[in-house]
Amino acid sequence: MKRILVGIKRVVDYNVRIRVKPDNTGVITEGVKMSVNPFDEIALEEALRIKERGLAEEVLVATVGPADVQQQLRTALAMGADRAVHVQADGVIEPLVAAQALLKIVEKEQPFLVILGKQAIDDDNGQTGQMLAALWNRPQATYASKVELSGETARVTREVDAGLETLEVDLPAVLTTDLRLNEPRYVKLPDIMKAKKKPLDVTNLAALGVEPRVRLKPARFEPPPQRQKGIRVKDAAELVDALKKKGLL
Amino acid sequence: MTAKILIVAEHDGQKLNVSTAKCVSAARTLAGADITVAVCAVDAAAVAAQAAQLAGVNRVVSIENPANAHALAAVLAPQLAAIAAPYTHLFGPSTTFGKDLMARLAGLLDAPQVSDIMAIESATRFRRPIFAGNAILTVELEGGGKLVGTVRAASFEAAPGGNSAPIEKAAVSVPLPTHTRFVSVSAAKSDRPDLQTARRVISGGRALGSADGFKILYSLADKLGAAVGASRAAVDAGYAPNEMQVGQTGKIIAPELYVAVGISGAIQHLTGIKDARTIVAINKDGEAPIFEVADFGLVGDLFQVIPEIERLLS
Repeated sequence: MKRILVGIKRVVDYNVRIRVKPDNTGVITEGVKMSVNPFDEIALEEALRIKERGLAEEVLVATVGPADVQQQLRTALAMGADRAVHVQADGVIEPLVAAQALLKIVEKEQPFLVILGKQAIDDDNGQTGQMLAALWNRPQATYASKVELSGETARVTREVDAGLETLEVDLPAVLTTDLRLNEPRYVKLPDIMKAKKKPLDVTNLAALGVEPRVRLKPARFEPPPQRQKGIRVKDAAELVDALKKKGLL
Repeated sequence: MTAKILIVAEHDGQKLNVSTAKCVSAARTLAGADITVAVCAVDAAAVAAQAAQLAGVNRVVSIENPANAHALAAVLAPQLAAIAAPYTHLFGPSTTFGKDLMARLAGLLDAPQVSDIMAIESATRFRRPIFAGNAILTVELEGGGKLVGTVRAASFEAAPGGNSAPIEKAAVSVPLPTHTRFVSVSAAKSDRPDLQTARRVISGGRALGSADGFKILYSLADKLGAAVGASRAAVDAGYAPNEMQVGQTGKIIAPELYVAVGISGAIQHLTGIKDARTIVAINKDGEAPIFEVADFGLVGDLFQVIPEIERLLS
């Protein structure tokens, strides 16, 4: 079966104002809205569009995390994924551990394409896709803003610092998504009902033979330094004057 | 234990990218660090010579291969992994080049990675932004072993020149994949300074209204010798190309002067500019969040203010 694997992560919602715990042990997540990582929604949307064009038969979503990540897997199923795999794991999950778990799923499910977000908006690591591609010894095309499939290859346009770079990669390959790849669809209520009946398999790191190593211990969380609030100037002349006085013009 | 640091050079075949000099500065904050810069290229001579001049560099290693014509992570990572054995730390810039490559290298080395290093407190302790810069995390490497890192360029000054480190050629013979092929790169050629290294940057937001509207910014930028950036909203609207995007998912910059024109100041944008020395905000909405971080704020119509500033500077 022509299958696409999409990795998703449960994160604090994009719109939540992040606050660091007073004891510096983390950020406050109690009572905070959680969502599918926005870049992963884009990854899923791309997979669904590929399937809708008849170029794939099944979209499988997977995540690694504690029990509550199943909410986000259900959201992904409601968006249109066919099946979900939940790899149960607690505590800190480093990108390499997530990549190792995804590799196990890849070996079992044999997808021709794996699509992940370019980074999760909580820890902003941006590593898992490249690590999976390295462990799998397959191509990676990160920061994708356009994906064209033709037979055994994909042509991927990437958002890089210099502009737009196009790569051709043999399949199977790992792609990571940038913002402008697509606009994810909204989930409709009947789809949420239907998603409850879709298969969601649960496994865990031990069953996959992946050791939950934590080699980078999160030692301390702090709020960022605040910039001093500045002054208002009344017009262009006053602004130019002020900047000249500071030696900036 | 002396830190032995390998820095992966970013370059275009001729010129060393300034992000490499910033990685060297980051590495130099570790007292006594032994610093090697690796240059992967078809012909590394010119770039290696530039890297050898950076203060603090102990040696430059050239890895030459016809397959290195384009910086493909899948091709470069195995070559770097082949020479990685003696090093305790492997650093690259937190640019699209470095972010793409270093995590692949970390995967090959089975090493953990610290992304976006903004401060190095010790050989095992690093500070980095998380949640789009809304929190700063200190991480501690446990259990020893190699560490891979990407260095946030905006947090470090470029290392000065004046050095003449020895240049060695590394004989690397590992099988290289052909499954990833470069097709093309399209970049608007511009005579303006590079956004990531410019001392002055003027950015426009959706309030510019059109690609045409950006012309008043280009005109002022040319008068100031400034680079031009854009907010995500302006890029999404098609007013400016993606490589001009400043912010969390675009470029993170630290110019001496940053002028935000018609940019409301979404947190993702502020993340990209908060290391700027001086921030100027020009916006018709006096309540816009950009004014919270601006050193100088001017509430007004940008289509009048910008040409007026240009006139005053003539």
